[in-house]
Amino acid sequence: MIDKRKLKVLRKHKAAMLGLGLLTALVLFSATVDVFSPYEPGHMDQHRVMEKPSGSHVLGTDDTGRDIFTRLGHGGRVSLLIGLAAVGLSMALGVPLGALAGYLGGWADLVVSRILEVMLALPTILLAILIAVAIGKGMSALIFAVGIVGIPQFARQVRGSVLALREQDFVQASRALGASTLRTLFREVVPNALGPIIVLATLGVGSAILTAAGLSFLGLGVETGTPEWGAMLHEGRRAVERGPHLAIFSGLAITLAVLAINLFGDGLRDALDPKAEKKA
Amino acid sequence: MTSYIVRRLLASIPLLFVVSFLVFLLSRAGGRDPVDAILGEKGTPETRARVTREYRLDRPILVQYAHYLGGILTRGDFGVSYIMQEQPVGEQIGRRFPPTIELATAAMILAILIGIPAGMVSAIWRNTWVDYGVMGVSLLGISIPVFWLGLLLIFALGSQFPIGGNIDPSMIIEPRTGFMLIDSALSDEPGAFGDALRHLVLPAMTLATIPLAMTARITRASLLEVMGSDYIRTARAKGLTGFRVVSRHAFRNALIPVVTLLGLEFGYLLGGAVLTETVFSWPGMGTYVVDAVFQTDPMAICGASIVIATTFIVVNLAVDVLYAFVDPRIRYT
Repeated sequence: MIDKRKLKVLRKHKAAMLGLGLLTALVLFSATVDVFSPYEPGHMDQHRVMEKPSGSHVLGTDDTGRDIFTRLGHGGRVSLLIGLAAVGLSMALGVPLGALAGYLGGWADLVVSRILEVMLALPTILLAILIAVAIGKGMSALIFAVGIVGIPQFARQVRGSVLALREQDFVQASRALGASTLRTLFREVVPNALGPIIVLATLGVGSAILTAAGLSFLGLGVETGTPEWGAMLHEGRRAVERGPHLAIFSGLAITLAVLAINLFGDGLRDALDPKAEKKA
Repeated sequence: MTSYIVRRLLASIPLLFVVSFLVFLLSRAGGRDPVDAILGEKGTPETRARVTREYRLDRPILVQYAHYLGGILTRGDFGVSYIMQEQPVGEQIGRRFPPTIELATAAMILAILIGIPAGMVSAIWRNTWVDYGVMGVSLLGISIPVFWLGLLLIFALGSQFPIGGNIDPSMIIEPRTGFMLIDSALSDEPGAFGDALRHLVLPAMTLATIPLAMTARITRASLLEVMGSDYIRTARAKGLTGFRVVSRHAFRNALIPVVTLLGLEFGYLLGGAVLTETVFSWPGMGTYVVDAVFQTDPMAICGASIVIATTFIVVNLAVDVLYAFVDPRIRYT
């Protein structure tokens, strides 16, 4: 799947390495922000609201006097976690669904394909809004809503790959050796379809972060007060008359994270795509 | 071909039923008493009894849904939004839909006019700084949160362009078509058309970002793929110039995936660009849904979502059918 040669292609991919570097920097910043900052993310200083960046508050303060630098770091943990968890959920449901549909065909395929069609009949953000309305606010609700809307992508991709692999000799051999359907499917077929899934999962984290930030920006995301990039942008927009810095920094954080993930994901696709090997 | 179209049309009917039922369920979920939810907990006993009777709220959910759908199909009746100004939901949607179509169309025009040439330039000067530049900007375009981009545009250009709504509120424009550009051009109000146009600029730029970036990426990829094919080599071998090869031979075939993408994107944009419309307070379907969500108005949420889903399904169907006309290689049986 990822052998040394492909890893080498990836390592020579400048854009991918730039993305990986950027992403590592963001993760490190989020993990270690408390070392650099004397403030608590929830600490409000009512005498210093919406202050511009200064020596004591490197990125300024928000509309309740909280330190933006600290909150961006903690927000990074929350936003990245939401992105990862949502993609985990999309994969955990989408991959088996797609694999079963592609491998079994017949009514299983019919049922799964219809379910996906229904999910794809609503624009992502609207479906996420409807789910959020039905299950309420909070971080786990947000992960659930964003995770559910990501299912069709994975299911479709896996279904396609499995359809192509189903009739190959090694799959026939596994069946001839007496392996059960599920064993053949998940031990032989799915591992061979992993390349595109990995690419999709990587890029999926980026779009999950964007969707989650969008919901939070609308005010349908995390609980009020949670440091999360989308929610900070929501607060920044509300306080924009008193200074644009909160909106600018929180949006910049989302953009950098998603850009880093997309850069890396594109590189990963080039490295894993058999057609791309010639070019490299 | 006709049988293909008929079959696709028939297949979308059950899909619409299922989607609308799902939306119906989701908009009524949340564990509140449905009468309270619809009336916003403010009804007198008489109104409560009337609403219960009107929407069959004392009956099983399937009966409620069938009754609701029956109202839409026979009378175009989406029920009454008791929470948002006590108006029929259908009328409210009728006012909100044209501005969304207007904004989506403007965004698509920008995406096509800039995205396709950008992708071509990128493919022709492949692996040069032009290509890296265009692709870098495109990647940024799909990475940037549109609502943030909207805010940045407001910071940067907000003094030059009016922000909020689709026309100066002091201008009285008779809503003849619902499309502000047309209505303002028809009105006697001086400068109305220019004002409507200026209101459209920033939202359209914001909304165009993602389809524009994706169009550029797909155009480039598709053109590069076509340029590698045998018939292009033949064209080159005949001694045609690079420009002629691209414009006469490669471009048209490379456009096929671009057209699909554009159709899909247009469907999405027509579905109410929720975030862009919110940033610019654009009076379209997107802000309507968001308002309905915040005022927890289940009738409005449900009606708007059903209309959006229907539009999306119909646009996708139209794209598939169009595809069959555009691409002679596709034969449907």
